Amino acid sequence: MSVDLEQFHQVFFEESFEGLDIMETGLMELDLGAANSEDINTIFRAAHSIKGGSGTFGFQGIANFTHVMETLLDEMRDGRRQVTREAVDSLLKSVDILRMMLNCEQDKSNPDTDKIQQQMSELEFILGESGGAAAIQAASAGSSSETTGWHIIFEPDANMMLTGNDPLRIIRELAEMGDIEVKTNQQKLPAFSELSPENCYLSWDITLRGNITEDAIKDVFLWVEDECKLTLTPIVDTSVQPAAEATSAAPAVTESVAPVAATASDSKKSTQSSSATSSIRVGIDKIDDLINMVGELVITQSMLSLLGEDFSMQNLEKLQDGLGQLERHTRELQESVMMIRMLPISFSFSRFPRLVRDMSSQMGKKIDLIMSGENTEIDKTLIEKIGDPLVHLVRNSLDHGIEMPADRIAAGKKETGTINLNAYHKGGNIVIEITDDGKGIDQDAVLNKAIEKGLVPAGAKLTAQQINDLIFQPGFSTAKKITDVSGRGVGMDVVRKNITSLGGAVEIQSEHGKGSTFTIRLPLTLAILDGQSVIVGNEIYIIPLVSIVESIQIKTSMINKVAGKGETFKLRDEYIPIVRLSRVFGIENAKAKTLEDGLLVVVEADRKPCGLFVDDLLGQQQVVIKSLEQNYRRVDGVSGATILGDGSVALILDIPGLLRMSVRH
Amino acid sequence: MPKILAVDDSSSMRQMVSFTLKGAGYDVVEAVDGQDALTKAKSQQFDLIVTDVNMPVMDGITFIRNLRAEANYKFTPMLMLTTESAADKKSEGKAAGATGWIVKPFNPDQLINTIKKVLG
Repeated sequence: MSVDLEQFHQVFFEESFEGLDIMETGLMELDLGAANSEDINTIFRAAHSIKGGSGTFGFQGIANFTHVMETLLDEMRDGRRQVTREAVDSLLKSVDILRMMLNCEQDKSNPDTDKIQQQMSELEFILGESGGAAAIQAASAGSSSETTGWHIIFEPDANMMLTGNDPLRIIRELAEMGDIEVKTNQQKLPAFSELSPENCYLSWDITLRGNITEDAIKDVFLWVEDECKLTLTPIVDTSVQPAAEATSAAPAVTESVAPVAATASDSKKSTQSSSATSSIRVGIDKIDDLINMVGELVITQSMLSLLGEDFSMQNLEKLQDGLGQLERHTRELQESVMMIRMLPISFSFSRFPRLVRDMSSQMGKKIDLIMSGENTEIDKTLIEKIGDPLVHLVRNSLDHGIEMPADRIAAGKKETGTINLNAYHKGGNIVIEITDDGKGIDQDAVLNKAIEKGLVPAGAKLTAQQINDLIFQPGFSTAKKITDVSGRGVGMDVVRKNITSLGGAVEIQSEHGKGSTFTIRLPLTLAILDGQSVIVGNEIYIIPLVSIVESIQIKTSMINKVAGKGETFKLRDEYIPIVRLSRVFGIENAKAKTLEDGLLVVVEADRKPCGLFVDDLLGQQQVVIKSLEQNYRRVDGVSGATILGDGSVALILDIPGLLRMSVRH
Repeated sequence: MPKILAVDDSSSMRQMVSFTLKGAGYDVVEAVDGQDALTKAKSQQFDLIVTDVNMPVMDGITFIRNLRAEANYKFTPMLMLTTESAADKKSEGKAAGATGWIVKPFNPDQLINTIKKVLG
């Protein structure tokens, strides 16, 4: 029969990726020099499973590669080899390579054979260095003397059957190989009273004729070679030759190892690309909640329709009750549906232990990474998008924050620096903090640099917070030399921009000599927004509540008109530009003709305030965001649209975009 | 119909072994580690055991040693699935009471042929 092994591939890939994660985590936790053998064994086991599976399912390249890793791990496990940083680093790199190879097999694409070969050589070099038993045994050719037959004396040990080996099975197997003559020797059979039914007392004198190799016969006896006395004598031309008494030496089964991985997967070349649709794993409890909620909704709906069929004013109270219920259930349903898209932030955090480990060893720093709140849930889209900014901030802390061990000791700190990664919910937002106990921001240096770069006029007096904020300015970097880790000056402004585009904000607190904390605030989801609806003429617009500072009525006396720069007004000590929505969107029937008739909604984007002039405020409400791009096209100053209670469409304002537009005008 | 217990912590290998043996007409029960296998083997009688060696919780060799000590598994064939080409795992397994071994990687046909021979 033939079994299609491909049906097991997906499971194999999944468990192999899990295995790689286990190896990676395990390797990072190994204590150099004094590793616990059980810890190594866990890593070994993962490698071993991958090797076994890949060989069986036809991924020979992966099997060969894993074999070398496994050999190294095996020597570490047995204590034959020290757990050195070099070896652990190389194994970690190998994990990456293996991941790449598995990905390639999964996508049916070509792996980078040079990299594989290079890493394989590196592992072999490490193995060879201390003369470890790395030698991959080539399949032993074995003797293949051909004869016309064999004379076999087979004397099982008394307890052979106690390992489940039946001598009759072995004789049956021999019988399949050629003509057989079997003489049973009963000499050792004891008296019945002394006979133990579990023991084997018989031995056999077997003549097997046919063109059979010695190896083939030994294969039959392979499992019992230590449990019997076996004498093999070749028969040549029916004349028994007394020579070559081959008492079974251990013909170890050797694994055939194909010559290195280089071309192994190339043949798998295929244009077929994997169309992995993005999917999400949802806990069954969340689904159950949802089903419950829908059930409630159906009940409310049927109650309301009953009321509607035969409505009289005395049922008004019931109707109001029903509507109240409907509202509550709809809100709960909405929350439950949003929960489905929520994933723990650990999906994003999980890459950091490795990143911190690799980078700190590269830079010669000692750093502990402490993560907390990994189970805080956040929208899947946000998890994907916050990844890069987070990496940048952590790298920044590693590179610019934490000092070299010697500097730390000189500053009276612990030699090992700490980076804390923490996530928690706060008031409808998710907050992610990256804290380091490094050198903090040198505010004098930052200010001087900003003046030098012309970002701040010379002699300007800035608050500490304003100075810290300068690092988010485009083109700002105080690093004395550019490392490949960070410090190209293309970092922090992009980080802030990316976070702002997600509807979030990033701030920094820092104390020179003590460390810095970056705080990222993000909305829980991108699908729903708390908005303030405002009216201009007949149009309703939604302003995201997070952007609004205050709403005020203004007096003409507060207004300044600057030629070529539009209108500004003085709010407390600041001059703030005014943006008339009616002008931006070309609305001609705006009710408020003069600035005194309407309202000014003061909003803030990128820390710059601005006044949006509208006719009036309506209500605050949660709105479901519909993409304009998907349904129409991108419109400047508008981030999306929503459908209001009466079925009409309202545009959601993109405050930073609107401000940029107003500056251009 | 002979009844086989297939033990492996790797679900792909376990599924492959189980699928292959079922296809050959055997009755197959799966276990995820030695401990699980031991519990299952004590609650019902199997005609043959196929077990991985390297497993968490309880490895295959310990499992074989424990099961071989059970009165109704004295003569039951127990095969190790092993990638270890090194002789030490095999002799360790043999000493624990294993009948024999099948070396990974193997293909489904090799597996069935071996098991057919053992079960006669």
